[in-house]
Amino acid sequence: MYVTFSLNGSPVTLNDPPPTKTLLDWLREERALTGTKEGCNEGDCGACTVMVTDTLGAAPLNACILFLPQLHGKHVTTVEGLTAPDGTLHPVQTAMIEHHGSQCGFCTPGFVMSMATAHLNGDTDHDTALAGNLCRCTGYAPIIRAAIAAEGVDAPPYLPHPDLRFPPKTANAAATAPADHFHPENSDELAEIYTAHPEATLIAGATDVGLWVTKQLRDLGQVIFLSQCRDLGGVSKTPEGWRIGAMATIAQVERSLAPRFPSLGVMLRRYGSAQVRAAATLGGNIANGSPIGDGSPAMIALGATLHLRKGETRRSMPLEDFFVAYGKQDRQKGEFVEAITIPDQEDALYCYKLSKRFDQDISAVCGCLNLPVENDTFGAVRLAFGGMAGTPARATAAEAALSGQPVSQDTIETAMKALAVDFKPLTDMRASSGYRMEAAQNMLLRAYHTITGSQTNIHEVRA
Amino acid sequence: MSVTKPLPHDAAHLHVTGAARYVDDIATPAGTLHLAFGLSTLARGKITRMDLSAVRAAADVVAVLTSADLPFANDVSPSNHDEPLLADGSVHYVGQPLFVVIANSHLAARKAARLAEVETDAETPILTIDQAMAANSRFEEGPRIYAKGDAPAALKNAPHRLSGKIEIGGQEHFYLEGQAALALPGEDGEMLIQSSTQHPTEIQHKVAEAIGLPMHAVRVETRRMGGGFGGKESQGNALAVACAVAARATGRPCKMRYDRDDDMVITGKRHDFRIEYDVGFDADGVLKAVDFTHYARCGWAMDLSLPVADRAMLHADNAYNLDHARITSHRLKTNTQSATAFRGFGGPQGVVGIERVMDHIAAHLGLDPLEVRRVNFYRDSITRTASVDTAPPSLPDDDHTDATSRGAQAQVSQASDVPPNPDSLQTTPYHQPVSDCIINALVTRLADSAAYAQRREEIARWNAQQPILKRGIALTPVKFGISFTLTHLNQAGALVHVYQDGSIHLNHGGTEMGQGLFQKVAQVAASEFGVPLEQIKITATDTAKVPNTSATAASSGTDLNGMAVVNACETIRKRMASHLAQVHQCATEDIRFAEGHVFAGAETLTFAEAAQSSYLARVSLSATGFYKTPDIQWDRIKGKGRPFFYFAYGAAVTEVVIDTLTGENRILRADILHDAGQSLNPALDIGQIEGGYVQGAGWLTTEELVWDDKGVLKTRAPATYKIPAVSDRPDVFNVALWDQPNPAKTVYRSKAVGEPPLMLGVSAWSALADAVAACGPAYGDLQTPATAEAVLAAITRTRNGAAE
Repeated sequence: MYVTFSLNGSPVTLNDPPPTKTLLDWLREERALTGTKEGCNEGDCGACTVMVTDTLGAAPLNACILFLPQLHGKHVTTVEGLTAPDGTLHPVQTAMIEHHGSQCGFCTPGFVMSMATAHLNGDTDHDTALAGNLCRCTGYAPIIRAAIAAEGVDAPPYLPHPDLRFPPKTANAAATAPADHFHPENSDELAEIYTAHPEATLIAGATDVGLWVTKQLRDLGQVIFLSQCRDLGGVSKTPEGWRIGAMATIAQVERSLAPRFPSLGVMLRRYGSAQVRAAATLGGNIANGSPIGDGSPAMIALGATLHLRKGETRRSMPLEDFFVAYGKQDRQKGEFVEAITIPDQEDALYCYKLSKRFDQDISAVCGCLNLPVENDTFGAVRLAFGGMAGTPARATAAEAALSGQPVSQDTIETAMKALAVDFKPLTDMRASSGYRMEAAQNMLLRAYHTITGSQTNIHEVRA
Repeated sequence: MSVTKPLPHDAAHLHVTGAARYVDDIATPAGTLHLAFGLSTLARGKITRMDLSAVRAAADVVAVLTSADLPFANDVSPSNHDEPLLADGSVHYVGQPLFVVIANSHLAARKAARLAEVETDAETPILTIDQAMAANSRFEEGPRIYAKGDAPAALKNAPHRLSGKIEIGGQEHFYLEGQAALALPGEDGEMLIQSSTQHPTEIQHKVAEAIGLPMHAVRVETRRMGGGFGGKESQGNALAVACAVAARATGRPCKMRYDRDDDMVITGKRHDFRIEYDVGFDADGVLKAVDFTHYARCGWAMDLSLPVADRAMLHADNAYNLDHARITSHRLKTNTQSATAFRGFGGPQGVVGIERVMDHIAAHLGLDPLEVRRVNFYRDSITRTASVDTAPPSLPDDDHTDATSRGAQAQVSQASDVPPNPDSLQTTPYHQPVSDCIINALVTRLADSAAYAQRREEIARWNAQQPILKRGIALTPVKFGISFTLTHLNQAGALVHVYQDGSIHLNHGGTEMGQGLFQKVAQVAASEFGVPLEQIKITATDTAKVPNTSATAASSGTDLNGMAVVNACETIRKRMASHLAQVHQCATEDIRFAEGHVFAGAETLTFAEAAQSSYLARVSLSATGFYKTPDIQWDRIKGKGRPFFYFAYGAAVTEVVIDTLTGENRILRADILHDAGQSLNPALDIGQIEGGYVQGAGWLTTEELVWDDKGVLKTRAPATYKIPAVSDRPDVFNVALWDQPNPAKTVYRSKAVGEPPLMLGVSAWSALADAVAACGPAYGDLQTPATAEAVLAAITRTRNGAAE
């Protein structure tokens, strides 16, 4: 198959690139574009950040875990393309110099690409935009000064715009693909291919699968890229609630659901980083069955239903039933996640993400508490936790201790005790078993204090 | 003059455009090969069989080398010859290189390296401090002890006495650019090495040993590093040596860079410490006696652990005058990565020890910790004492010793050379007079500007009303000794050329890792010649231009190299002045270099005209420069002398908030006043201070290294090891420079600023302890790193324990 995209304004067509060749390796090794750096090769440091523009707009992405076929039909801008053709610096580059935002300089290209993308999108929440870029030299203060200084300056006209004409479509990818990788253009094609090749690996955003390649050095064999399956994407409001396509990115889910569920929005803003959220999909997060992903506890707490498809056969189940055991999901060979639906409901959701570092860190415990209250009594509560068991799971004993009970410290304390019946968490490098339990129990207490009006959020405190 | 101007980093425009080249960015010749190490998965044992047939058979593999294939020295140690490049029969930690794969690509080498079948006889590894003490597994014959006064007697007589211990975690450097090296074989066995190293001369020395040639056959060039922080002082040796050996074997250029996980698993980190203390004090908190015991977990090889542990002892006093002090230091050998240099080089651990004591005393007496600190400070004094005459120390004559390394073996005792100090002098526990102290005035000014007292009261009121959240505030000082403690390393060279068009080529032995050394030194050179900075070309560090360099370390880069450059510039300027005085018939003293011109009596020439005139008159326009730090001598065995040329001072006030439900916490505000002498470049110095503070705060909060009971490092990637991210910086971050020049005769009276600010981050940890103290009556005993989990544990102790 052909992969066609534009690189810094010039068209590129690759005939049958190795399907798991990363954009970073390709830029550095084959195009001698060494401005994009490898810092960690796992999407956690942002030194390889590039700007990728498609019909939905410009997004920052980690080039180290981005496979070339994922770029089909898109514009890629690297740091070398950020400067005007005449050498004039982009406003964020100028600001970074003036505000001493670089020291060793190695993280700097990634920073300026994240900054330029946020700048283009008019995003001035710099802490959120830059949470996925690590700097070990500056302590970040001058970088934020630079980002603020560049806010008022117009974005240069030469950067790719979503309205720009995209590279011409080539022949049907599925028809011309060699046997080791496929690029279906819709879910029907996917269903057909996956039924025929049930051992293949599905690749959505590659924020997890990317590490199988770059860290585990696995040969994935047959792969199926989902990036062209437009009908799997997007989040839509339906009369019954919301339908989240399997390929909807975390960023899209955040934008769609945060207005109704602000606490979910706050948590999703800490899900990975801007780069990860622009690539990672909720469907992928669920299908992988990660016990520590933050998407599933929130969806379970909201009463989500998972929709699976194999060939022409579809089935649905409560999301929590999908997670059978650690590393084992109720998914048949050749079956894929098509969508997640959430019933319409008033917001009573409290999401608490506990991690060693506030931003861009995997949760030690993720507690999502759906606590409807009527007449000072808890309604049908749903409590879901990540990091407390081998799978994301509901805390049924604690739910029983709350549902129908008066909103009181006593009720909460009973539920906290019940949580110890629900879970026996593990000790690992993120947290001890005892701490996980104590913190999870205290999440219930936090929700109670929040409901009763005490200040419980360190992020709302100022010196 | 260029000096004192807040100019941007010299490479800033290259950084922001991606044009700055690091080792892995250098275009390599066709046929370049790529290397990867195969690593031990066992912490301790003997290798009984190593089957590499699958490795050799893997795609794109050109060759595989084991220790048996190495032609000469199998050693990459900077000190003790105890660190084979490739394991020679036994393994000592999980991650130790066993063999090296040479392949056509980086990826192919990495893939093949995992295909080895290694059989071992496992032995019980020594992983922890307790295990090492039980096994008496240590470097040196026993603990080092430095003492002043009579601590045991003074402890007995003290009105109050406390003891305790603190575990101080290590720290991964997490330079954004991983370790990397490239070897280009030349004719007649010569080797050109591009290395991401703080110590090109060490690389040159180790490569020369490994390929069996004199140092003159090896040239090492380092343009820049993507961060170093001490992690590239000795840890780059293995890559450069492997590349050189592979290049010699294959005749082709060889490159090696560690994948991030490999980097974290293979290389050493900051030493973790346990510090036990037994202290006596009076009702005001004035220390009467201090007895510290340091336990440093050094890992499997000596590396730089002895001077690191020494420096921890040398900073056990921090800014406090201790009449009776004893510091005992155990340097423990464990089956873990060989701990190495990291910004502060042991100093931060020593500082945490005494700052912990201050907080513990304050909690015990119910005093404001700042008041306890104040009554113990050294007295302010800015008068320098007369310099001491020093003879150059004799060097060990073992020709395998890398004398330029901080890990070089101890020299003969020089204690008899150390003059006794007059009784009137305040001295450190190692008997160096403290004669440049400014800490009282500095702290007073900072406490005022940060409104410490008012905020402390306001926080107490706020805490009383808050059931869940508590705030805390702390002010901690820094006094940091500047000089290499291995005295002979305090030397530097420079090479300056003035071309006939007036442009100037600048070279010196220091390396650029982001700290702005090159820019500062270029500003010095521009000032010396009175020319605009643009006339100076900064060039890569190169062992062929300036030989026998010391590592860019110990914060000494600018002090040493700046002075060497001054020396070189003076030589050329005097030659030019002498020539111009003759031509223009004026006194040499009347020749003035300023504003891009040379003023010769009534005549004014551009610098370029002066250079051309000198060239035509056959005046040499090239000079080397040299500098050695005066007034220092040190006996590390006896713990006596004057190891430091001067001290750098600073202080920070940090305010935090903690969440008593989970221990989560945030830095709300930091105010810093730091002493950089007369700053050569305030922007770059403030950059070091901001960055050092955040790095220090990260060390003591979120940065947690976890090994399992098999010795496997579980935090081996940024997914699991958490350095501060952007939102971890203080919301309010006020940094100011102390405005007095260095009383010591340093380059333009500036002070070193690389390491000292890291210890400003101690105030964040101390503020967390203060917030914990607001949760209950007992002492919280907060450990480091103060992760959310550690903070919650301290809160629990505070609430449930007995009141002090």
